[in-house]
Amino acid sequence: MSTFLSWLGGLVLRFVSYFGALAVLTGELTYSLFRSRIRWAEVGRQLVSIGFGSQIQVIVTGAATGAVFAAQVYYKFNQLGLDSLVGGIVALAMCRELGPVLTALMLAGRIGATMAAEIGTMKVTEQVDALRSLGVHPVDYLVAPRFIAMLFSVPLLIGESIRFGIAAARLMAVGAYNVPEAFYNDQLYKNVDHIDVIFGMTKGLAYGYIIVIMACHQGLTVRQGAVGVGRGTTAAVFYTSMAILIANFFLSLLLNYIWPIAAT
Amino acid sequence: MSTAGPPFISVRNLHKQIGDQQILRGINLTIREGENLVIIGGSGTGKSVFLKLVMGLIPATSGSIIVDNTEITTLNERQLGPHRRKIGMLFQDGALFDSLTVAENVAFPLRESGMKDSPDMHSRIHEVLAAVGLADHGHKLPAALSGGMRKRAALARAVVSRPRCIFYDEPTAGLDPIVSDSIDRLIRRTQLHYRCTSVVVTHDMRSVRSVADRVVYFREGLIHFEGSPDQLFSSTDPLVRQFVEGHCDEDE
Repeated sequence: MSTFLSWLGGLVLRFVSYFGALAVLTGELTYSLFRSRIRWAEVGRQLVSIGFGSQIQVIVTGAATGAVFAAQVYYKFNQLGLDSLVGGIVALAMCRELGPVLTALMLAGRIGATMAAEIGTMKVTEQVDALRSLGVHPVDYLVAPRFIAMLFSVPLLIGESIRFGIAAARLMAVGAYNVPEAFYNDQLYKNVDHIDVIFGMTKGLAYGYIIVIMACHQGLTVRQGAVGVGRGTTAAVFYTSMAILIANFFLSLLLNYIWPIAAT
Repeated sequence: MSTAGPPFISVRNLHKQIGDQQILRGINLTIREGENLVIIGGSGTGKSVFLKLVMGLIPATSGSIIVDNTEITTLNERQLGPHRRKIGMLFQDGALFDSLTVAENVAFPLRESGMKDSPDMHSRIHEVLAAVGLADHGHKLPAALSGGMRKRAALARAVVSRPRCIFYDEPTAGLDPIVSDSIDRLIRRTQLHYRCTSVVVTHDMRSVRSVADRVVYFREGLIHFEGSPDQLFSSTDPLVRQFVEGHCDEDE
């Protein structure tokens, strides 16, 4: 029993200490954003890496999800004689859940891993100390530009993913399953409006924050050389993915309260 | 040899503990403006830790570090920024920024100090790169350079903003004797040209001879010897002799 309690106590302490460290990093980031000089060239470099670098991933994720979801929904709805509802349902799901979450998970894998590995490598090769020795705060140079770039990129990437998901769903429903286009469009516009897209893109802001803070924290706390960089990168992807899924639940509840699904 | 001025760095009763290990056990040392101090000692005796403590890169366990009349142990990370800009540091492996070219690495401290891209800035970068023999390598990424070139590029980055003091953390480690000699000459030239204080951590006795005004020998977290290079090489202290001559005990 005492072993279990000491294990539980240790777990709680690690949990509190981890979130404490994330809170401190968030505080430093806030200071950097409002009180320090923003390195716009570095923001531009990150925008290219995050925005342009994620295009294929985002397009494939959105299109594949939309197409597969449309196919699955069609089979059931066809049995109920509700074929024309496919577009509305798929679009609603893409806007509010599938687009934001799946895009964020893909970005957590690609961008989160890159950030943790890049910063972690800089840490173990003393480049972070070199930055500090030149009087530059690591959060100002490494975290703030990545955060700004993510803040611009993730909502737009989610919007793009949603767009491709809806387009692929239309292709499946209208092109492959011969759902009448007029009915399909009618249900799509009845069930989905711009608020649903804003709903998804707003989630993107939160996911962007989660990915940057957690991945950069892993990078900045890397120890033990190459092994540590590997561990930090794996931990960054795992923690950010878990955090995105958990945050999604609460965000959905909150945002559904603010922007409820429109009555048809 | 240079003429030393007033104290620039003053360390009193400095202790550093990492985990269970006591790295420094009460260091007292004054480094004067314009002098070339060389710190020698076995691996793990806290030489590099000492440099990082004075730079404020790691916190001291206890003791006082005064740099240019400012007590730095009480400053936070952001307050330490201006203090660190007074000191340039050459890290053991150079620590050049991988994603920037050599010229961009050298330009980095200037840009960070608010200097705009201008012909003045470019001529300063070119001048420093020429001084370290890398005038034609400014466009290369650090990965394309040899170990010696990386250290010279890192030295160029350390001196470009004309700091008042430069720390060299094992500048000749892992280099062949000829490249080591060129680095030693560069350190000496830098000191004369920029009239800055130098603190060199090394195991290399040749570097001690060619660079030092004063030598400090760290042993078990304390200063075991302090004196001129001549005093070091003529010392009769068995521990100093053992280190200088590089003998190991039969039982070790």
